[in-house]
Amino acid sequence: MSASLEALLTGLKRALGPVNLRLLGLLLALSVLFAGTAGPQMFSAASLRSMAFQLPELGLLSLAMMVPLLSGGLDLSIIATANLSALTMAWVLTHGLPAEPGLVWALWQMGAVLAGMLVAACVGLLNGYLIAHLRVSPILATLGTMTLVKGIAVGLTHGGVVSGFPAPVLFLGHGTVAGVPVALLLFAVVAIPVGVMLSRSPFGLTVAMVGSNEVATRYSGVDTPWVLMRVYVLSACLAAITGLVMMARFDSANAAYGESYLLVTILAAVLGGVNPTGGFGRVSGLVIALVILQLISTAASMLDLSQFLTLSIWGATLIAVAGTAALRAWWTQRRLMSPSSHVVNGLQTSGVAVVRAGTIDRTG
Amino acid sequence: MAVLLAIGSVLWVATPGFASAQNLMDMLTSSAFTAILATGLLVVLVAGGVDISFAATASITQYVALSLANQGHLGWVGLLLVAVVLGALLGLVNALLVTTLGLSSIIVTIATQSLYYGLLMAATNGQDIFALPGWFNDGLHWVVHVDARGGEQALNLQIVALALVCGFTGWLLTRTSIGRQIFAIGGNPEAARRVGFPVFRLNLLVYGFMGAVAGLASLVHAQLVQSVSPSALVGRELDVLAAVVLGGASLNGGIGSVPGTLLGVALLAVLQNGLTLLGVSSYWSQLCTGGVILAAVVMMAHQGRRHLVRADASAA
Repeated sequence: MSASLEALLTGLKRALGPVNLRLLGLLLALSVLFAGTAGPQMFSAASLRSMAFQLPELGLLSLAMMVPLLSGGLDLSIIATANLSALTMAWVLTHGLPAEPGLVWALWQMGAVLAGMLVAACVGLLNGYLIAHLRVSPILATLGTMTLVKGIAVGLTHGGVVSGFPAPVLFLGHGTVAGVPVALLLFAVVAIPVGVMLSRSPFGLTVAMVGSNEVATRYSGVDTPWVLMRVYVLSACLAAITGLVMMARFDSANAAYGESYLLVTILAAVLGGVNPTGGFGRVSGLVIALVILQLISTAASMLDLSQFLTLSIWGATLIAVAGTAALRAWWTQRRLMSPSSHVVNGLQTSGVAVVRAGTIDRTG
Repeated sequence: MAVLLAIGSVLWVATPGFASAQNLMDMLTSSAFTAILATGLLVVLVAGGVDISFAATASITQYVALSLANQGHLGWVGLLLVAVVLGALLGLVNALLVTTLGLSSIIVTIATQSLYYGLLMAATNGQDIFALPGWFNDGLHWVVHVDARGGEQALNLQIVALALVCGFTGWLLTRTSIGRQIFAIGGNPEAARRVGFPVFRLNLLVYGFMGAVAGLASLVHAQLVQSVSPSALVGRELDVLAAVVLGGASLNGGIGSVPGTLLGVALLAVLQNGLTLLGVSSYWSQLCTGGVILAAVVMMAHQGRRHLVRADASAA
């Protein structure tokens, strides 16, 4: 009985991986802590539901940020893209949508979403072309497209708001199916395939390879520019879906929604175990990190703390998690290096190698 | 450089107001904040890092220093001292975390940006300070030239601070051994470490300098807009980064110069100013800025590649 339990546990450990295991541990600790301080209300149905309504936006955006991060890049233009495609959808929805529900009515709405996706895909293509073919560094290229895309959105709307959407769009933002918010279902429907694609498909493998070592990947016969193009188009399309969710939740579209999320998405992805220099990271880790961030945010609002303090705690969480990892690495290394330990010579040299690698990382 | 001259001459011809001394002085005064921050960020970029947290640092120093001044404890010297020292301390925290955490500097400073900014907003409830000491609002003026109609051209706090920071940074980077070491750790960190350069101490210096400069810039900004708003500065980090990179600094470290950075800031400022003078709606100015940034980075990437090809050819 206990043997099989042990086998189950090790199997679970292997399936989860060390990063996710640590994150789950943190999640559990925080849950206990918050249940103690904020009281049982913290995990009441209403509070869980409000968490479920808030999570998908940041979740989808972080997903859009994670794909380029895996490829060793970065996409600063996701929020501008989300807003531009939301504005496109909003414009199509408010111009020429038949008043009566019917086939044309339904098709028109799908067309609106499609138009938004198309606009986003164009931005993604531009990003991909700049990065893959013109060899502009991802930060700079997407910084430029961010300004450009936001400029288009501001120029067209003069900073105004577009609103007045049909029922199905609002249902997406406020409705529930069997008690679960539709936006959360949409997040699951998007995140699971993306997760599977990144960890199981040939495309996901090549993305991670490009992130680890782009030159080696190109020399091993992979069309790396094509991979990068697809990475940035995928990121932009995920941003467009976020745009749809934001539009549905706020009942309006605007050129400047959600701008404070930009750097938080990077924070969430890195907390979720995505290596910021590329190559490593799983969607499951990201999802756990998002739940942790959401839990902190909800607990803070239950304890009547400022929402900005939440931001502060999010930053501190990342520093603390990275700090414990660094501390553990230092501890292991010290144990390996100490003359009193009975470590064979080979292990000691590998310890030195770790030290060297660590220093390179830090200075870089 | 050529682009700046081209834009400048077009504006010169197209708009009579552009080349007036008054307009140029105004432009210099209003972009001094960005330029000072850009100079500080340049040093970090040259050392191979990135700092995103400087706007949050500046917000904190601005708020703390001017709150103290409002209680009547500080004069000009004390005010500058508080802002610069506090900024430097926050910068040192960045340096410490970047060196010990084993994470890239951009991630660490995103985290500290959230941390600093969140704490500031929580502590202040996001409230602005509009009532500042009279002596601070009056600012500092050194009249250098009075024209025929009695209009004064004066050096003000903004321009003097900008000149001092640029002069010092230029001297630090090009004339001192510390400057060479900063270029070295940015160009090839591993080589610099093996040669025996004190990477940690240099990082402390670089991020501390960035923080101190942010402290100074925050006062320059507060003096210009005559108020303190904890949320006014955060969100501008990426604009400053764009200006520095337009000025030729490399995100990979080891490349960059003060004159180049100033040109980058000037390019964006002139563009903005020129569009306004030409009567282009301000709603479209961001689009133009984005276009210029993209064109510039594409041009730079192209140049970099040509450089690489030439180096390959000469090696072969």
